[in-house]
Amino acid sequence: MAPPAEVLAVRGLSKTFPGVRALDDVDLTLHAGEVHALIGENGAGKSTLIKLLTGVHRPDAGDIVFLGRDVSFATPLEAQRAGISTIYQEVNLIPLLSVARNLFLGREPRNRLGLLDFARMNREAEEALRAYGVRVDVRRPLRSLGVGAQQMVALARAVASEARIVIMDEPTSSLEPREVETLFSVIRRLRDEGIAVIYVSHRLDELYAVCDTVTVLRDGRRVHHGRLAELDRLSLVSTMLGRELGEVRKEGLTKFTGDHHATDGQPVLEASELTVPHQLHGVSVSIRPGEVVGLGGLLGSGRTETAKAISGALPTTSGTVMVAGAPLRRGSTPAAIRAGISLLPEDRKSEGIVPGLSVRENISLAVLPRLSRFGLVSEARVDSIVDTFIERLRIKASSPQQKVGELSGGNQQKVLLARWLAMNPKVLLLDEPTRGIDVGAKAEVQKLVDELAADGLGVLLISSDLEELIEGSDRVVVLKDGAVVGELAGDEVTEDKLMRTIAGHAPDRDAVEEAATDG
Amino acid sequence: MAEAALKTVPLDRTRILQWLQTYGVYAGVALLLVVNTVITPHFLSAENFRTQAVQVAPVIIVALGMALVIGTEGVDLSVGAVMALAASVTALYLGYGLVPALLVVAVFAAAVGFANGALVAFIGVQPIVATLALMVGGRGLALVLLPQLEDLRNPALASLGSGDVLGIPYLILIAAVLAGLVAFVVRRTTFGRQLLAIGDSRPAAQLAGLPVRRVLIVVYVVCALLAAVAGVLATARLQASDPTSLGNLMELSAITAVVVGGTPLTGGRVNIAGTVAGAVLIQLLTATLIKHDLPPSWTQIAQAIVIVCAVYAARGRGKR
Repeated sequence: MAPPAEVLAVRGLSKTFPGVRALDDVDLTLHAGEVHALIGENGAGKSTLIKLLTGVHRPDAGDIVFLGRDVSFATPLEAQRAGISTIYQEVNLIPLLSVARNLFLGREPRNRLGLLDFARMNREAEEALRAYGVRVDVRRPLRSLGVGAQQMVALARAVASEARIVIMDEPTSSLEPREVETLFSVIRRLRDEGIAVIYVSHRLDELYAVCDTVTVLRDGRRVHHGRLAELDRLSLVSTMLGRELGEVRKEGLTKFTGDHHATDGQPVLEASELTVPHQLHGVSVSIRPGEVVGLGGLLGSGRTETAKAISGALPTTSGTVMVAGAPLRRGSTPAAIRAGISLLPEDRKSEGIVPGLSVRENISLAVLPRLSRFGLVSEARVDSIVDTFIERLRIKASSPQQKVGELSGGNQQKVLLARWLAMNPKVLLLDEPTRGIDVGAKAEVQKLVDELAADGLGVLLISSDLEELIEGSDRVVVLKDGAVVGELAGDEVTEDKLMRTIAGHAPDRDAVEEAATDG
Repeated sequence: MAEAALKTVPLDRTRILQWLQTYGVYAGVALLLVVNTVITPHFLSAENFRTQAVQVAPVIIVALGMALVIGTEGVDLSVGAVMALAASVTALYLGYGLVPALLVVAVFAAAVGFANGALVAFIGVQPIVATLALMVGGRGLALVLLPQLEDLRNPALASLGSGDVLGIPYLILIAAVLAGLVAFVVRRTTFGRQLLAIGDSRPAAQLAGLPVRRVLIVVYVVCALLAAVAGVLATARLQASDPTSLGNLMELSAITAVVVGGTPLTGGRVNIAGTVAGAVLIQLLTATLIKHDLPPSWTQIAQAIVIVCAVYAARGRGKR
């Protein structure tokens, strides 16, 4: 049998942005039916490479040979027409149009009069989506679907347009495990059909589950390429980070030390019986000073909602929140912040950072009234706080005046942490603090959480990364469908127990009862 | 060869657009000054500058408030109506003296601003719709209070409109002081920073615990108060209260000044110096065309071209 045909050959690709050499002499070869992992820390050049392949940017040097022809796409549309489809991290479809319209956007079936053939469109859309495990009324507007289902529509759309290469940029960041499985089966089907896939992800499990080959980028250069099976996890991480293998192994895969000394004192936060119609049904969580409490559960189990309800951002219909023994006014974010609750939101880009403002202004945003007299900002006090945190959290920015929107994800997250730490909080609610940030920054954030807990802060940790949740938490409260279904403490905090509790095996009746009486 | 040439063009173009976005409005003002010096007789006279400045002062004052509102990703269409309302109320209460009349004007304006702000902040109506309601209603109220033009004979009001300090008209002084004040508020106060944060990302501002509603309401009240100041000053200059036509299309002039001055409609940034220059640019452009006896329709077309250029430059920057 002849080896599979070469679909894509990239030679010596380079791209420079003002002040940054984003991509430096990178090669990449892709064969039909190959699932290729593209990995690297943030700022390694993954996004740039993808943007060059899909016609968003033009390379400064190098060639892109696609299906044997030298190509230079002027626009993403041109690349898509030629057969390179891309699924981005954030769903980029039109929320108000129906599912079917989204699926066929730009290539709608027409009847003899040249009008849209809705009947055919809906029928074909339904068939196409069934293959992705999405069973919905395709006439409903897209936004009525969950994020995971929307992602599947985006995937179906990309694949349906007769792609030869499908590029997936962190496709699983908003998917539930079940949906991830569907995605993988779709990827395997693509492979069998001879379609090449470029798969970008920070999740190592997924890479090993589905990818054949790997390219590792670091600082805009290709530092490794080859078969993924020949590279074990630790080598992969160390190649990505450019650190010595021994060092990484010694420190484990997360930066958590795993041994906090939760004081036996009064809880610093006591949330009891929080109820939000259709979202939370009497959720209770308590956190002692110095304790990291994890919230476990699947997507949509109410983890984010719990954090938001505690911080006053999501109005509750009943339930109370006590901070250090004092009750909190319901549904007021400013009141919660004054009481010492800080929330690092899940959606960093749209709810966390203020992208157009500088690092300095973002850090000082919440604490500003405290640094002001009669509404006049004391620039000197702002500068001193900002400088302190830039140094302490090692925020990498060209200057405090740089716009936060221009920073990498990890640095944006650190800016947000700085914003809250400047407030001297008692309780930190961290909703997916390391999602979508590079391995190095992830380790730093994890280490920081450890240090903060050691300093006596109460921390609520939400993470879809099981490893992070298990190693980072002293206790894990497990949610399912908006209610507490179990609590793991001490030696029970293991991946196995957690998954069994989520799956509903209720391994430990005591834990459930304890959680119920705790509130 | 042709290919190489093509490749260098986009880079230069973005650079030119960025330059235009930042300095275009000042360059435009400078260009008009130079051109007029050459082609317009008596352009360089003090009298002419004085006339231009007095004419543009109300627009600048209204545009300052508009810039703040646009900084929160809003827009205020009711400023012209507030000017008319200010004119009516001034006429009605001038009998009690100038200061009491001004206080009543402030109360009315603040009420309109509060209504705008409350609709936007509490009920969540889009700013364009909320202020449209007040634009129609406000002028209606102005006409109910004072159905037709009324001559005003009040020496204090007259001196406000035409008096001066060391040869500089009060109008210009007031506009300058207000511009300085607003620029200071934007740069140096918590309110200014919070306003920009809300305009850039309202969900983030909310989660950061900023008093979003309070800031929005204050912004609309300030905008209405500034429009009222402009209305009173324009009335003082006319020495007549004219609620039918005073402030007509002022909202559009103000938005034009703000946009031409480089403040994006998407919020999060406020350029006060640019806004002042934007108003001056439009004023000079209009004056130039009128002095050379071109019909008013030409002025409108010229304005349109300036707006399109400004928007084009802004777009170039938005894409980075």
